Amino acid sequence: MENIDFSLVDWSRAQFALTAYYHWLFVPLTLGITWIMAIMETIYVKTGNPEWKKATKFWMTLFGVNFAIGVSTGIILEFEFGTNWSNYSWFVGDIFGAPLAIEGIMAFFMETVFIAVMFFGWNRVSKKFHLTSTWLVAIGSNLSALWILVANGWMQNPAGMAFNLDTARNEMLNFWEVFLNPVAINKFLHTIFSSYVYAAAFVIGVSSWFLIKKRHVLMAKKSILIASVFGLLGALATVGTGDGSAYQVAQHQPMKLAAMEGLYEGSERADLVVFSFLKKADNPENRGDKEHVMKIQFPGLLSYLAYRDFDAFVPGVKDLIDGNPGQGIPPVSEKIEKGKLAIAALSDYKAHKDAGDVAAAEEARQVFDANFEYFGYGYFDDDVNALIPNVPVTFYSFHIMVGIGFILVAFFVASLIMTLTNRIARKRWLLIAGIVMIPLAFLAGQMGWTVAEMGRQPWVIQDVMPTMVAVSRINAGAVKLTFVLFALIFTGLLVAEIGIMLKQIKLGPKEGGE
Amino acid sequence: MFENLSLLALQQYWWFIVSLLAALLVFLMFVQGGQTFLFNFAKSDEEKSLMVNTLGRKWELTFTTLVTFGGAFFASFPLFYSTSFGGAYWVWMAILFSFIIQAVAYEFRSKPKNFFGAKTYEAFLFANGLLGTILIGTAVGTFFTGSNFSVDTVTNFSQWEHPAFGLEAVLNFRNVALGLAVFFLARILGLQFFINSIDDCMIVDRSRKSIFANALPFLIFFLYFAITLLIQPGYAYDSETGVVSMESFKYLHNFLAMPIVAALFLIGVVAVLGGIVWGMMDNNRYSFWATAGGTVFTVLALFLVAGLNNTSFYPSNFDLQSSLTIENSSSSKYTLTVMSYVSLLVPFVVAYIYYVWRSMGKKRIDKDELNEDIHIY
Ligand code: HDD
Ligand code: HEM
Ligand code: HEM
Repeated sequence: MENIDFSLVDWSRAQFALTAYYHWLFVPLTLGITWIMAIMETIYVKTGNPEWKKATKFWMTLFGVNFAIGVSTGIILEFEFGTNWSNYSWFVGDIFGAPLAIEGIMAFFMETVFIAVMFFGWNRVSKKFHLTSTWLVAIGSNLSALWILVANGWMQNPAGMAFNLDTARNEMLNFWEVFLNPVAINKFLHTIFSSYVYAAAFVIGVSSWFLIKKRHVLMAKKSILIASVFGLLGALATVGTGDGSAYQVAQHQPMKLAAMEGLYEGSERADLVVFSFLKKADNPENRGDKEHVMKIQFPGLLSYLAYRDFDAFVPGVKDLIDGNPGQGIPPVSEKIEKGKLAIAALSDYKAHKDAGDVAAAEEARQVFDANFEYFGYGYFDDDVNALIPNVPVTFYSFHIMVGIGFILVAFFVASLIMTLTNRIARKRWLLIAGIVMIPLAFLAGQMGWTVAEMGRQPWVIQDVMPTMVAVSRINAGAVKLTFVLFALIFTGLLVAEIGIMLKQIKLGPKEGGE
Repeated sequence: MFENLSLLALQQYWWFIVSLLAALLVFLMFVQGGQTFLFNFAKSDEEKSLMVNTLGRKWELTFTTLVTFGGAFFASFPLFYSTSFGGAYWVWMAILFSFIIQAVAYEFRSKPKNFFGAKTYEAFLFANGLLGTILIGTAVGTFFTGSNFSVDTVTNFSQWEHPAFGLEAVLNFRNVALGLAVFFLARILGLQFFINSIDDCMIVDRSRKSIFANALPFLIFFLYFAITLLIQPGYAYDSETGVVSMESFKYLHNFLAMPIVAALFLIGVVAVLGGIVWGMMDNNRYSFWATAGGTVFTVLALFLVAGLNNTSFYPSNFDLQSSLTIENSSSSKYTLTVMSYVSLLVPFVVAYIYYVWRSMGKKRIDKDELNEDIHIY
């Protein structure tokens, strides 16, 4: 593309990432804790025991503080598609806009309207109506996750669409292929389950602190019980769907998989790296300047996890860039050439059509169709290394997330056993571990997004649109300035939020319940 | 069912939905209008709390309507989304900033250890009320006065052609007049909402007495905008060739060509004015609804004349032929059809909003409720 301003691209990416990370600080707690509140309120309505009402209200207060700031970061994300990724918004808006609109109509209103009942309706509506509202808040927030993740899943695996030469954009052909996209469904499940894990860790961590301080002991124990069950189920499901995610990545984004595993040279019976350090390589011939040291691995397991076959060939970075004829993988240079043909054919088509030359336009269309598969590659020049994502970042993020995932499973098992045998209040080490799990679970989620979003670079839509093309053409200075403003304001609000949260936790539930 | 509609009919249908969301948004900005009263209006902290808590039960509805308006516009007219948001960067960013600070202000204001202090959060609410209304109104003004952008004929990628990236809209007084009209209207609605929802005769009386001072500037700015609208030339396009040209009295012609829209507009204006007069005369709860209904009708009619009857709804003064119309900026027929099915959910959403609003609003809010064990802002 002519004169791309890379500092504009980088600032736009930084701004989007900043907003997304901030959004993700708050969203997972919402997604999980709303179910925990709904379960607690249900027990209260069924048993009439005010202790449960007290617990419900306590978690609701914390939820409220968290929710507000989640909403304020969310609105920015939505409009940033327009403000910072305007070419993207045109190029795929025909497909991408729909889930965003559906999310508003179907999910956000439900969440918003019933939150008002949940917070303010205790004395204004019947118990039943109130309980229903709490459930609807949980359903609404999880529906919003569904639609946004359908949108995100589509970016990783664009399906159900075709390019229209007349409008020069991708158009939706089949809504169900977009919606039931296996990447999207898997992403949705993995993301919501991981959020349940986070929320459970939050509830257990806060309750553990109460137990250490010997305050609100009854409520804390009840909360830990609910959260341990919820968390353990969530953690197992997170691991299961995480495996599903990696499988989907292998099918649709082999370069991301190579980066996740730091796999430079592909092989059959590829090993799964449990952990290693990446250091500067002595021979950078393998398209990477890094190599593994102190590697712990499971032989052949990567092939199995990626293709469900221990003997399968898993391509590495080098294979994907330089090609591997034996495995039928074309070199990137060939894709770039074809992409350039497609881009030129699009201009030709338009020119011939405007000139009224139907036959020539048709010819251009055929050239276009033959090469469209690699359209996005046509924007790259000879520097094929531009097609490699940041391997160390993707690699470490992935391994940290997975490691934490297994730690969390173990933790919830321990917590559940100790609760069921009523020993939890005496196990100080477990209570401390409970508090530590809050930042760990949170870190895992952030790392997960880093894998998903950085690992797909340089694509904003896999193989269709490079990030550098997607950006709005404004001046980089403007984006830099808004980045700084966002960073300041979000950070300020985060500090306020943490202060309020800690204070509310210290204050604890209102004694007396009713 | 929607499959059988023509592309043009779907585009018109979606222009109607976007217009309706915009109209509801302007009405719901009574929350923003109410927020601008937090500083001088309340005589005690208790009164202020009462006002904040009354508005606070509705702020998210306005917020979500804004979000949904954006999403629906994106899905149905993506070229507008990419051109306007990506170009008029500073206007939209300023609007967004004012909404970030609003979202946290209610929840954080009265909580201990909130870092910035209650006054700051009240200032956030005030800023949102001031900037949100004026800037959204100003941005909508450009639908009639035009902006400076170009759209590439091959790729349809757009480019803003003014170094102020949108802020230049304030240089045109007509845009600002619309912004100020929205601002004062939101304030009037805010006052009427206090009358509607607060059970405190001091606040209610004061609200009633304050309407006049806002009604006057509202009338001046609104009439100025409305009259110049009827006599100004507009941006017409030929639906065969897509060529855009200037037509004198275009918006007047649109009203005459679409008598239903003209009727909507007239009924709307009469209802707004009637609601205001009623609100000034007595403390009846329901004057709010007259002004609110009128607002929805009027704004809906304004949006419909902006985009229907072969009119460019987002004109470009830089390159007339880049102007956006509902025909050249919309989603594909397939997507509009899918989205039309989704739009069938809207009546359900409106129904539960109505139901919840009623069940929660049966009893007005009074000072005693602020001491009850519920969520307090
Ligand atoms: C508490 C949080 C948490 C935990 C413990 C895990 N994950 Fe995760 N993971 C996420 C939270 C998360 C996430 C934030 O939800 C992500 C980011 C994007 C997405 O789809 O989900 C994610 C993404 C993500 C991806 C990338 C998907 C893509 O690129 O589209 C893979 C392959 C995995 N995960 C795999 C795993 C495995 C094998 C885990 C455990 C054994 C695991 N995750 C634990
Ligand atoms: C980049 C993509 C995203 C966009 C554009 C976006 C947009 C938004 C918007 C506009 C809101 C405010 C809604 C309101 O008015 O109530 C919001 C809140 C929310 N979003 Fe996002 N969002 C994104 C990512 C995500 C993800 C990945 C999830 C979950 C998996 C998610 C789940 C939620 C939830 C649960 C809320 C409720 C508020 C909260 O608790 O924080 N969002 N989002
Ligand atoms: C809330 C959780 C999310 C986080 C933490 C996150 C993280 C990131 C990060 C780190 C980047 C920058 C990547 C880079 O360095 O270039 C990014 C970019 C982006 N993400 Fe996400 N993401 C999230 C959710 C989503 C969702 C749900 C969507 C889509 C609906 C999305 C769409 C995008 C887009 C359009 C970009 C800009 C293009 C790019 O730089 O690749 N993100 N995100």
